[in-house]
Amino acid sequence: MVGEAALMPEAGAPALLTVEHLTMRFGGLTAIDDVTFTAQNRQITGVIGPNGAGKTTLFNCITGFYKPTVGRLTLQAPNRPTYLLEQMEGFKIGQQAHVARTFQNIRLFTGMSVLENLMVAQHNKLMKASGMTFLGLFGVPSYNRAEREARDLAVHWLERVNLKHLADEPAGSLPYGAQRRLEIARAMCTDPVLLCLDEPAAGLNPRESGELNALLRSIRDDLGIGVLLIEHDMSVVMQICDHIVVLDYGRKIADGVPAEIRADPAVIRAYLGEEEAE
Amino acid sequence: MTDATLNRTAQTGSAAKSPSIIGVALKEAALTAVIVFLMSLLMVGFQTQAVQGQYLGYVTRYSDVFWAVIIIPAGRFVMALDRQGKTMPAVIVGALAFIYFFIGGALGVLELPIYKSIPLPYEQPMVNVIFGLGALYILGTALKSNLSAGQRRQTLEQREAAEAKSAKIARNISSILGPILVIGAVVLPMTPWGDRQLVDSLILVLTYVMLGWGLNIVVGLAGLLDLGYVAFYAVGAYTYGKLSTELGFSFWESLPLAGIMAASFGICLGFPVLRLRGDYLAIVTLGFGEMIRIVLINWQVFTGGPNGIGQITKITFFGYPFERSAPEGTTTFAQLFGLPFSSAHRVYFLYYVILVLALITNFVTMRLRRLPIGRAWEALREDETACRALGINPTNTKLTAFAMGAMFAGFAGSFFATRQGFISPESFTFIESAVILAIVVLGGMGSQVGVALAAILLIGLPEALRQLELYRMLAFGGSMVLIMLWRPKGLLAHRAPTILLNKHKKTKAAGAA
Repeated sequence: MVGEAALMPEAGAPALLTVEHLTMRFGGLTAIDDVTFTAQNRQITGVIGPNGAGKTTLFNCITGFYKPTVGRLTLQAPNRPTYLLEQMEGFKIGQQAHVARTFQNIRLFTGMSVLENLMVAQHNKLMKASGMTFLGLFGVPSYNRAEREARDLAVHWLERVNLKHLADEPAGSLPYGAQRRLEIARAMCTDPVLLCLDEPAAGLNPRESGELNALLRSIRDDLGIGVLLIEHDMSVVMQICDHIVVLDYGRKIADGVPAEIRADPAVIRAYLGEEEAE
Repeated sequence: MTDATLNRTAQTGSAAKSPSIIGVALKEAALTAVIVFLMSLLMVGFQTQAVQGQYLGYVTRYSDVFWAVIIIPAGRFVMALDRQGKTMPAVIVGALAFIYFFIGGALGVLELPIYKSIPLPYEQPMVNVIFGLGALYILGTALKSNLSAGQRRQTLEQREAAEAKSAKIARNISSILGPILVIGAVVLPMTPWGDRQLVDSLILVLTYVMLGWGLNIVVGLAGLLDLGYVAFYAVGAYTYGKLSTELGFSFWESLPLAGIMAASFGICLGFPVLRLRGDYLAIVTLGFGEMIRIVLINWQVFTGGPNGIGQITKITFFGYPFERSAPEGTTTFAQLFGLPFSSAHRVYFLYYVILVLALITNFVTMRLRRLPIGRAWEALREDETACRALGINPTNTKLTAFAMGAMFAGFAGSFFATRQGFISPESFTFIESAVILAIVVLGGMGSQVGVALAAILLIGLPEALRQLELYRMLAFGGSMVLIMLWRPKGLLAHRAPTILLNKHKKTKAAGAA
C-alpha cells in the first residue's frame, strides 16, 4: 500500500475521483492494465475507446461490482469524508460514498411504476426516516413527511427528464429513450457526488441525444457534481466532455481536452487502424 | 361473422378443401382415443381391492374406459374443427354436452332420486359433472374464437393490452371481492349456515390463508422461492408446544415468542442462502424444511420424536377456559357470560382468533409494501444488480423478508398447536410447503385476495369433493391445470403501485386488496 502522502494530487484542488495504477485481471486476461487518471467536480469526464477496451470493466471497478486486482480508487467529494472505493463492499459505494451509475443494458425495475423506481433509489434515506420500518409501520408523522419530501424530489427529477406525465405507468412499458432518461433520473435521486453513465446515448435518435446533452450539462452546472461518461457517440462526447480519457486494450492511450484528443495520433490509430506500409 | 373470420376460413379453405378439415379432425380424434385408452386402461380400468380382507384382487371397469374413449375424442374432434374455423359444431356439441352432463351430474350431486333414471355414462355424479365442465371448456373456447376471430396470432402490443386489461379486471374483482370476503368471514358463524362443521373447516382454510399471505412476502414480494416454508410453521408449533407443556405458558403469552423464534430461524436459514438465486435457493430451502422435520423426528428427548407433543394447553378466552367445569379459583367462559356450556364456543372463538391473526398478517403485509423495505423487496425481485448500484443492502433486505415471512408462519404454527392440542412431525411434511406455495402461485403472486381465493379453492375443494372418492385427487389436479391454463399468472394477478402521483386515481380500491 502506498503511503498517505502519495494520495495528494499534483496541484490545485483535490480531484473528485483519483484512479491510480488500476489493473483488473480475469485469469490470464488483463482487461485493465495500469490505468491512472482523475475526474474533477463540475466536469464531465468522457471515457472512450474501441469495443473491448475495458471501459465498462473500469466502471464496474469504480462502482464496486468488481474488486480491482491492483490499484487505488480515491473519492474525495467536497465536505464529505474520503473513501477508498476499492476497499468497500459493493452496495456501500452507493450507500455511503454516493457514487451512482446507470447500465449499458438498461436495468430498471420494470414491473414497478416510474415513480416507485425513483422512490426505491431513495431507499437508504427513507429507511432511516421509517426507523428501520418499525416507526413507519405505525405511520409516524416524521416518516410521512420524509416520504412526501422523497416524492417531491422524485417529481422534480421526473420534470427534469420530462416524464412526469408517465409517473404511474410501469417502467417497463416506457419507450426506449424514456427508459434511458428514467435510469438517469433514478441515479440522480440517490443524491450522488459522482454519476457514472454507461453509454446513455446508445439507441437514441439525434433529437433525444441533443436533449441528453442538455440534461447532462445542467446536472454538471446546477449540482456541481462530477460525471463520468462512457460513450461511443462522438457527437455527444466531443460536445459535452470537459476532459476525455481514451482506453485501448485496457491501457490508457490518451488523456486531455476534446481538441487534444481529436488530434492525437494514438487515438486515431486506435479507432481507424494503422496505415499499412506498402 | 367478422371479416377476420372470413379471412381465416378463406385461408384454410383455399389451402385445403373441407374434407381435409374433417380429415385433420378425425386424425386428431383418433390419436386422442389412443392416448385416452392407454392412460385410462390401467388407471381407471382396473381397481385393486382386498378380497376377503386378505388377498389383493381387482375389479375391472371396462365400461368406464369405453365411455371415456368415446366421449373425449368426440370433444377433441369438435375442438379441432373449431380451430380450423368451423366453430358451430363445437358450440352446439359443447352446449348440449354441458347441459346433459353437468345438469345430469348436478342432480346426482344433490342426491335427487331422478338421477337414477337419467341414462348417464358414469355412476358417480361428480364424474359426470367433470365431463360437463370439459364440455363447458369446449363451448367457451368455441364462443371465444367466434367472438375474437382472427386474434389467434396476437402481436406483442395486443398481448400486452390484453394482459393490462386482465390485470385491470383482476384489480376490480379484488377490490370488490376483498371486502365481501372479509365481511362474509366475520358474519358467517352468526348465520344459520355457519354450523360447527363448516366453521371447523373454515378454521383450516383460514390457517392456510394466513400461511399463504406470510409466504407471499417471501415469494410474491421479495421473489425468493421458498420450498421449506412449513419448517417455520413447525418451529412456531413446537415453540408453543414446549412452552405450554414444560413451562405452563398460555397461548397468548407464547404467541409472540413463537413468532420471534420462527423469525430467528428465518434469519438462520437466510444467511447461508443469501448468494443463491432461483432454483438453487429453492433446493436449499427444501433441504432446510426437511432438516427441521428430521430433527423433530430424531430428537426424541426434546421433541418427543414421532410421538410428538400431546396435551398442549387449549386456547382460553384471555384467561377464561372453555371448559364444562372450571378448576378451583377460575371462571369458565360460559360462566363469565352466563351462557350454558357448549363445546362449540371454543370452535367459534378459534375461528375468530385465526381470522384476526390472518387479517393482521394481511394488514401488515399491505403496510410493509408501502414502506421503503417493501419497495426494496420488490426492487430486489426485479433486479438485484440495480439494487446494489442504488446502495440497497441486499443481505439485510433478503433477511428481513425471510424473517417476516417466518414470523407469520410461527404465529400460525402456534395457533395450529393450540387448536389440535397435539403436534407431531407428520403435520409438517414437504407436501404442506407445496400446498402453501401452490396457494400463492395459484392466487397470483403478490395478490392478497387471490391468495385467499386460492386457499379456499385448494383447501376447501378437496373437502367439498369428498364424495368423489377415487376421482378426488384427479379432479383436484385437473382443476389446478385448468386454472393455470386459463390464468397462467394466477387467479387474480395484478400489481397496484405503492405510491401514485395522481391521487385522484382510485388508490383506495387497490389498497383494500
